[in-house]
Amino acid sequence: MSVQLNEQGELRHFLTTEGLDPQRLTRILDTAESFSGVIGKSVKTVPLLRGRTIINLFFESSTRTRTTFELAAKRLSADVLNVSVDTTTTKGESLLDMLHNLQAMQADMFVIRHAQSGAAEYFARHVDAGVAVLNAGDGWHAHPTQAMLDAFTIRQHKGAFEPLRIAIVGDIRHSRVARSQIHAFNGLGAGEVRVIAPNTLLPADIDSLGVQVFNDLGAGLRDVDVVIALRLQRERMQGALLPGEAEFFRHYGLTEARLQSAHPEAIVMHPGPINRGVEIDSALADGPRSVILDQVTNGIAVRMAVMTMVLGVAPDHTRAAS
Amino acid sequence: MSRILIRNARLIDPASGFDECGDIAIADGRIVGLGQVTDFSPDTDIDATGQWIIPGLIDLAARLREPGAARKADIASEARAAAAGGITTLVMPPDTDPVMDTPSVIDWVTHRADAAHGARVVTLGALTRGNQGETLSSMAALAAAGCPAMSDAGVPIADSLVLRRALEYAQTFSLPSLLTPLDPTLSGGFMHEGPTATRLGLAGIPVAAETAGLGRQIAVAKAAAARVHFGRLSSAEGVHLLNAARKDNRALSGDVAIHHLFLTDQDAMDYDARFHLNPPLRDIVDREALRQALADGVIEVICSDHQPHDADAKAGPFASTAAGASGVDTLLGLVLRLVEDQVLSLHAALAAVTIAPARLLGLESGQLAAGAPADLAVVNPNAPWFCRLETLNSRGTNSPFLGWEFSAQVSHTLVDGRLVHTTPG
Repeated sequence: MSVQLNEQGELRHFLTTEGLDPQRLTRILDTAESFSGVIGKSVKTVPLLRGRTIINLFFESSTRTRTTFELAAKRLSADVLNVSVDTTTTKGESLLDMLHNLQAMQADMFVIRHAQSGAAEYFARHVDAGVAVLNAGDGWHAHPTQAMLDAFTIRQHKGAFEPLRIAIVGDIRHSRVARSQIHAFNGLGAGEVRVIAPNTLLPADIDSLGVQVFNDLGAGLRDVDVVIALRLQRERMQGALLPGEAEFFRHYGLTEARLQSAHPEAIVMHPGPINRGVEIDSALADGPRSVILDQVTNGIAVRMAVMTMVLGVAPDHTRAAS
Repeated sequence: MSRILIRNARLIDPASGFDECGDIAIADGRIVGLGQVTDFSPDTDIDATGQWIIPGLIDLAARLREPGAARKADIASEARAAAAGGITTLVMPPDTDPVMDTPSVIDWVTHRADAAHGARVVTLGALTRGNQGETLSSMAALAAAGCPAMSDAGVPIADSLVLRRALEYAQTFSLPSLLTPLDPTLSGGFMHEGPTATRLGLAGIPVAAETAGLGRQIAVAKAAAARVHFGRLSSAEGVHLLNAARKDNRALSGDVAIHHLFLTDQDAMDYDARFHLNPPLRDIVDREALRQALADGVIEVICSDHQPHDADAKAGPFASTAAGASGVDTLLGLVLRLVEDQVLSLHAALAAVTIAPARLLGLESGQLAAGAPADLAVVNPNAPWFCRLETLNSRGTNSPFLGWEFSAQVSHTLVDGRLVHTTPG
């Protein structure tokens, strides 16, 4: 997986949170923190990517993720081109042909979302030298900027990772978010990462990623500091994975009452978009524990951080901090 | 026809255990003398000092992509590539387009193969019409057209009653049936279900996809009292099932694809589509169990499971690529590696690609014996080479073994007493 690092060990693409050491993960968070100041001020743009072209290449529809990537790029003064690819109408053209055509437009960076695991890595292996690839979600594999914005939000509210117990609840099997979170939180030294789900929504040998596995929500939430609900896609109800939304909510839906066993100050997160009443109760999603809107805001700063880092123009925080 | 004498070689015949230095005399397509040959006047005289002569390899599963997918490969290209790799017989499953379920398709393939001047091509007939699993094919006619066995072509017959009748009917004509041990409802993934698939976010294919299919087929084979062979076992549990079943039913047998003896699911760690195979590469415990099964004789046959692909078919994210590896170029080299790795003796390793598949299909070849067809390979055992894109003779460049080093090279290949391959220099 070292395709995302250059010979100096610096990020040249951002494809996955797996295999990144704590220093590198922390550097992403620190860089994001410097940009979150920018977002708070009235002058919201910095010229770090002036003259650079970023292509948002989305093979899966997404409003929020694409928008935050676009906002991040614009706050860095980059030129942004949004390309939505309807895979049902472009079957004839290979991914590689498309990549070469878009590269001919002198892009400096591709932000890619694709329904197949490994798509971003495939692009990264085939782009010209100097062109960066950001993974905005590939299949069930990875969604690294989402995981980093979640880590950023956790650090904002809870500080150091070492004492934290973090539980991820719901459809782990099909979740690129969960996989990237597990790698990021473990990489940042979290005390314990748990996954809570019925067996049909757990992938094989998930414990090999370094998580404690729970089938029972009450047991899994005991003493946790952070609870993350995952989106349960409605089409999962059609196969033999689950009997229905009502039963899922009864056993795995997050409510204030079910958080009784959690740490009193536990925060609740969700990568969105939320299915209210399926994976999380509205009162909880909108209540004082919820940091869901912080996640959205932080997404811009984290994406700005990663965009500048892969193009080698990130501000140097080690100096600023000293 | 020409008369050929190959002299001063080490003659290795796993069928009889014969292993001596000497000469081999060939006339009218057959071996006429073996050992100390005297009184033979050849047209062609080959000095093979320091080399081995082995029976030509019989590759029990090789897709040649013709008819139906000639953009990937064709009969002529693959028959010649096989010959260059010491293979003298390619056994071709019937999943062509059109399907090999009528004598006319068999005749067409045979005609193309004859014109190729490479390895022989042996066709397997489809057990059911169109490989649809519904109606029996005209097996007697297919046998008359040259098919020594029937096959489900990688698509298990779902209806157990149809499967039973197909096996019974094939057995009526003493035709073995080659089945694919698989439950397709469990195999909707892209690689072995386990930690690697979970990391990569790829849907997994559990071992149960193999064992659930195999268990059902073992039961039906017994009910049908038929000679049944299971192709491409991939797992320790599959081996265990077959071993148990063979204890009371000697009419069952199995084979393994050579890549399953060397690779595991972890080789696909970088989404390298060359390791996208079907059945999938499993874990190291499975790989060792397959090796042990060969050593114990539970599995008797090794094949290349040759599946050449065009570059486009292997380009793109892992799940969108086609499964299968190109294998005729490396079959012999890998089989000899099993000897170097002390998995099998030289004779046992060669038997798994010569006499064992010959016996399964009732072929005369696969052995060095007076009167047998002169299908053989002359091998230089001390000629190291690296497998690289430019060394591949198959049109399929999707080899998982690029960069591997092998110790032996084929210098001459003879099919039916004709020299079909000579290494230049």
